[in-house]
Amino acid sequence: MSDHTHDVSQHIRGYLIVGAALLIGTALTVWASYLDLGHNWNIVLALVIATVKASLVALFFMHLISEKQLIYVVLAFTAFFFVGLMFLTIYAAHDFPAKTVTR
Amino acid sequence: MEIPYVSQPRPDTGIYNAKAGIWLFLASEVMLFGALFSSYILLRVGALPADWPHGLLNIPIGAFNTVVLIVSSVTVVMAWVSLKMKKLGQFKIFQAITVLCALTFLGVKSFEYREKFAHYEVWKTDGTRVTGHIEGKPMFLTLAKLKAAGREKIAFIADRHHYSEGKAAMVRREAHAEHKAQEIPVSQIKRLSAFVPAHSTYFAIYFTLTALHGLHVLGGAIVIGYLFGPGSKMFFTDPERLTNRVEVSGLFWHFVDLVWIFLFPVLYLL
Repeated sequence: MSDHTHDVSQHIRGYLIVGAALLIGTALTVWASYLDLGHNWNIVLALVIATVKASLVALFFMHLISEKQLIYVVLAFTAFFFVGLMFLTIYAAHDFPAKTVTR
Repeated sequence: MEIPYVSQPRPDTGIYNAKAGIWLFLASEVMLFGALFSSYILLRVGALPADWPHGLLNIPIGAFNTVVLIVSSVTVVMAWVSLKMKKLGQFKIFQAITVLCALTFLGVKSFEYREKFAHYEVWKTDGTRVTGHIEGKPMFLTLAKLKAAGREKIAFIADRHHYSEGKAAMVRREAHAEHKAQEIPVSQIKRLSAFVPAHSTYFAIYFTLTALHGLHVLGGAIVIGYLFGPGSKMFFTDPERLTNRVEVSGLFWHFVDLVWIFLFPVLYLL
């Protein structure tokens, strides 16, 4: 148990570094939104930064970097359905009807 | 009857039961927010550029709230570490900071909501549109309410630029906002709406996403507050179980932070 306690106290430094990285990521997100990259590239950049930040939270704060297999199995199904949902959404967004109703 | 595997891991899964439970719940939450994010995408690509507002939300306030949630995510994990090291006093301090962060977030959010309820768009009969405030800062006014009250005109303090002029114009507007009221006859108003869900699909999805997220913050704050207060007595009877409870509430809290990490750029910046 005392070894385990020692391990946990060593993690504190890691949590603080991740916290600092998230704050830097937030500043980067705001800064990047003022760049004019052409609108779609702004969206891509903002989502890339958000995904990196979210990964830091999931991997370190939520301990997904070293979890048991059951949790990975649950999340694999979640990821599959989430990606499927987003794929269908983006697919549908490009699927305009041939004739549109105009007023 | 004793509930099995509340503190010790179950041999076949390798984790205590509550951890399996919270991850299944979080999986369902991913799909809940995922469905709303996909609604956002469809509403956004389906809207005409002039009808999708830009720059109406206060970026410094949104960024401040992001920082508040990140700090609370650090304190929530530190509270768990403190319990692992059997330091109850330190646990209580971190847990208290987390609750304070949650209340700060909700306070700031309600201030933002209040501002939106008193910020209007007027569609005039000549086809022009203008955003701004009505003198006296009334909330939730509509054209029907104006007519029912027998009002013939409103004193309107217009924003310098309309959001349909693009993002750059909106940024300039912040620096050069005019504060002179102009009178608009009610007869020249085709539609009048505060920035409420009925204003546009943008505000509909904005309020749906942020209110649902706000409810999660409130729920998380109640659970974390309980574990800070009466729930912490378990430290003296079953400290392992309390540590696991704090870990599970922390996992939920990190998820709430994670959702906001996406909401902030999507709603405030893009």
